[in-house]
Amino acid sequence: MEESEAAFARFRQPAPGSQPAYATPSYRSTALRAPLRPLVPFSASVTESAGPRFSPAHFPPLADLTRVDGGEAQGQRIIVAGMVSDEEGRPVTETMIELWQANAAGRYRHPADQHDAPIDPYFRGVGRVFTDAQGRYRFVSVRPGSYPWRNHDNAWRPSHIHFSLFGTSFAQRLITQMYFEGDPLLVSDPIFNSIPDRTARERLVARFDLALTEPEWAHGYRFDIVLRGRDATPMEK
Amino acid sequence: MQAATAQQTIGPYWHLLEDSSWADLTRFGATGTVIVLQGRVLDGEDAPVNDACVELWQADPPASESFPAFGRSGTDADGRFRFRTLRPGGLRGRGNIAEAPHLALAIHARGLTRPLFTRVYFTGEALNEADPLLGQIDDPMQRASLTATPAGTGVWEIDIRLRGAQETVFLEF
Repeated sequence: MEESEAAFARFRQPAPGSQPAYATPSYRSTALRAPLRPLVPFSASVTESAGPRFSPAHFPPLADLTRVDGGEAQGQRIIVAGMVSDEEGRPVTETMIELWQANAAGRYRHPADQHDAPIDPYFRGVGRVFTDAQGRYRFVSVRPGSYPWRNHDNAWRPSHIHFSLFGTSFAQRLITQMYFEGDPLLVSDPIFNSIPDRTARERLVARFDLALTEPEWAHGYRFDIVLRGRDATPMEK
Repeated sequence: MQAATAQQTIGPYWHLLEDSSWADLTRFGATGTVIVLQGRVLDGEDAPVNDACVELWQADPPASESFPAFGRSGTDADGRFRFRTLRPGGLRGRGNIAEAPHLALAIHARGLTRPLFTRVYFTGEALNEADPLLGQIDDPMQRASLTATPAGTGVWEIDIRLRGAQETVFLEF
């Protein structure tokens, strides 16, 4: 069977420093988990060039994390919105985004989280949205609190929201964290700083955007996401 | 052109996303040869990684209404993951070269700053000899790290070793 050329287009390799190193000594959990050998370069074939598609018919959107069982979550209400595109600037449409985060007090609704901060019965802490035909997404949440972790003495994670995206190829799989403009904890956070390049790091910091706020109701933050693109270089046959 | 957004670790609380039914890719009534793929995720001291997220994707059989072709399994206290899926057939790869039947895996975990990608082939499959990825790996132990072994009828076993002498081969596309 003839496969189309597009199925074998190479993915762009990341610009130096734009992705975190596996071995990041300041992030202690990498010590026993980061591989020692370099990754093996391999031209993605049909397997990694294809990827799962999720439809809202099977996976209903949960675009408001602040309402559970008729109750409303505590905290600063926020609207987070942005664009998902690829490295060529093409919007990634109708793609699923999975979200999870701590509540306003800095506690996850997760049995392993034993931080001495209140659980909010009305905060879901997990969401799912799809981009529209223009690649735009939007959800409502509360600003997550910071929480301590035992990575180093008096370590606190900056406020963050976890994002998981699939794009159209398994090779585009992206799991990242969105941070908040002006957070004083960013400068000392080993996870944020596992990305060597400052510009690449700064792009994980969502900007307060007055245009996204809803008067008398919620703050607004803009966070745009770029998935890996295909290399424009023609492939050998 | 704007460079791709940086990855960040999935962290220890990703289970908020977890739906354990996702580990069974046959749950929508897919028909074919059902197999179980199971194994452990181990760290650089051979200790079980008990908070990993293992994702499986396969291009064959193709995704359909009855077969998502994608699954997700958390690891348990012993570092074990387990998928039920359909046995893949061979594929035609780049330049129309035959690729041996395989599954793709992505490993996410606290302490992994970004995903690790690998593939799972099947011991005893004749097409393995001519597979372009297996053929590019000279070291027999490294090649074996990509090959699941039979552990009962329809059950295949593979351990993912994140770090160390027996480290799994991880791929960069």
